[in-house]
Amino acid sequence: MNNDTLIPYIGVVTDIRQDTPDVKTFRVVSPEGGKVFEHMPGQCAMLSIPGVGEAMFSITSSPTNKEFMEFSIKKCGCLTNWLHAMDVGQQITIRGPYGNAFPVETELKGKDLLFIAGGIGLAPLRSVINYVRDNRANYGDVQVVYGSRSKDDLVDYQEIIDEWMADPNIEVNLTIDNPQEGWDGHVGFVPNYVKELQPSTSKTVLVCGPPIMIKFTLAGLKELGFTETQVYTTMELRMKCGVGKCGRCNIGNKYVCKDGPVFRFDQLDELPDEY
Amino acid sequence: MLKISKSKLNELFDAVSAKQALYLPVDRNDGAAEYKKYESGMTMSSALNTVRSAKDFFFPQTENLVDFKMEGKNIEVIDVREESEDFVIFGVRACDARSFTILDKVFLAEPVDSYYKNRRDHGTVVTMACTRPAETCFCKTFGIDPTVPEGDAACFDDGENIFFLANNDKGQAFIDSIASLLEEGDAAKLCEVQEKARAIMEKLPLAKLSTENFGGDKLTEYFNSEKWADLSEACLGCGTCTFVCPTCQCYDIKDFNTGHGIKRFRCWDSCMYSDFTKMAHGNPRLTQLERFRQRFMHKLVYFPANNNGEFGCVGCGRCLSKCPISMNIVKVMKALEVK
Repeated sequence: MNNDTLIPYIGVVTDIRQDTPDVKTFRVVSPEGGKVFEHMPGQCAMLSIPGVGEAMFSITSSPTNKEFMEFSIKKCGCLTNWLHAMDVGQQITIRGPYGNAFPVETELKGKDLLFIAGGIGLAPLRSVINYVRDNRANYGDVQVVYGSRSKDDLVDYQEIIDEWMADPNIEVNLTIDNPQEGWDGHVGFVPNYVKELQPSTSKTVLVCGPPIMIKFTLAGLKELGFTETQVYTTMELRMKCGVGKCGRCNIGNKYVCKDGPVFRFDQLDELPDEY
Repeated sequence: MLKISKSKLNELFDAVSAKQALYLPVDRNDGAAEYKKYESGMTMSSALNTVRSAKDFFFPQTENLVDFKMEGKNIEVIDVREESEDFVIFGVRACDARSFTILDKVFLAEPVDSYYKNRRDHGTVVTMACTRPAETCFCKTFGIDPTVPEGDAACFDDGENIFFLANNDKGQAFIDSIASLLEEGDAAKLCEVQEKARAIMEKLPLAKLSTENFGGDKLTEYFNSEKWADLSEACLGCGTCTFVCPTCQCYDIKDFNTGHGIKRFRCWDSCMYSDFTKMAHGNPRLTQLERFRQRFMHKLVYFPANNNGEFGCVGCGRCLSKCPISMNIVKVMKALEVK
């Protein structure tokens, strides 16, 4: 009998990084070493601890990383609590990759890119950002605007400081919601910061974060003259199968797990407002 | 046309069940019909339809997907799938037969669901033409002719005999396998029976129900309709409609700790349930209105949008007779299409 997508592979957690007080980044490889499967930036995987739960997570590492996959996971439920409590060496189950991806090899190619992330919303965009950095010649200007509640809540802060901010080929703008000791950077919400930065409307935008942040960011971008066809986001809904059959992530005639999670805002406009 | 006298039906059932499992509708003590595995001496029900649909045969209410053995930090994945044995479902009505082709569009779409396909490959569907459709029937609305049912092979009852017609190779193989029990018969009386059934259908209360005002292009109009509030007001969210529905196919995946390992199950689920879309950060369908709307929008708009206009309903009428508050897809269609 053929393999069935509902039967998962085994992954081994080889590294756990405490990114923020409630976000950890897990490095996963196959038991034989190397990646369990290949993916494109924006795609997701179903991770599970049998008996605890199974849920969809975006793959935060870039496909250009040939050694392992990474998942940045916020502690907020039964399964994620368990994942946060486990130690290096733990095996998990993993299946995927699921969903479409950011169109890095088609629509985004050659474009000036503006990444806007809030909180854990950086996780899916980090895959794209590092993919773009590793294929730098294929893209125009790259700007990242990233904000969180506080400095401590900036996911992947070390990589941002050590690699992205040290990279002369990308511009990084960080912000936190409230003033904090030891922070001399920008203070304020992401949507406002984007408006202050006045990005050129020639850019193509990739945005991910809490729904409220996305809503105000999109409104701000429109004020600046951006159109919905220029802005991509990635969505999250409850999922069980990952292949458009179990019915959970159905909105209109789309299934977020298979037709998404990446949508352009003009595509979202055609769907019922139910996400 | 090949036929068998109804008085000899049990000989046929004995012969079929000697080679493979045979399932047919049988009357329960309470008078309702349900599919049972045939054992010698059982009588086939003459009820119009079974309480539960026939979808269980290919998409069972619960099934074991995979097992896990947990040892320390290690996990072993155990594939529990077994090749299905061949089986025959006899006496399936036209509505349920059509539901299989609708379920096929979901489960046989890439990536193919191997659990479903395995059963589909091994199952032979032998349908039974309807002779006296009931008040809750509206299969005709969805282009189904209950007097000429689909399925691998179809049976027709003229009162005294059952006639057989193959619809495909699998059905022909079934008829060939029982050929020694069949004889050539005159089907003239069948036409009369069919005419009678069609005459009944014309007079049924739902005979004029049409899908004309539904389909993939109605998304915005119907999603934003103000009618959903009244329609869903009394819905209990019990999910009965979903469970008796032959085309509802939403499912849940849950793990069960046996004490010796973990069994992962797939179970029927319902978009009518409050926790269906609930996530750690909230629920996009907060009230029964949204959940109720989802079920009907899916059947009447979203499914046809993705499947060349085919609707996610076969008009079997089970939800009409089972809903505790007497709400159903017919009332929804009638309410929505009034401008």
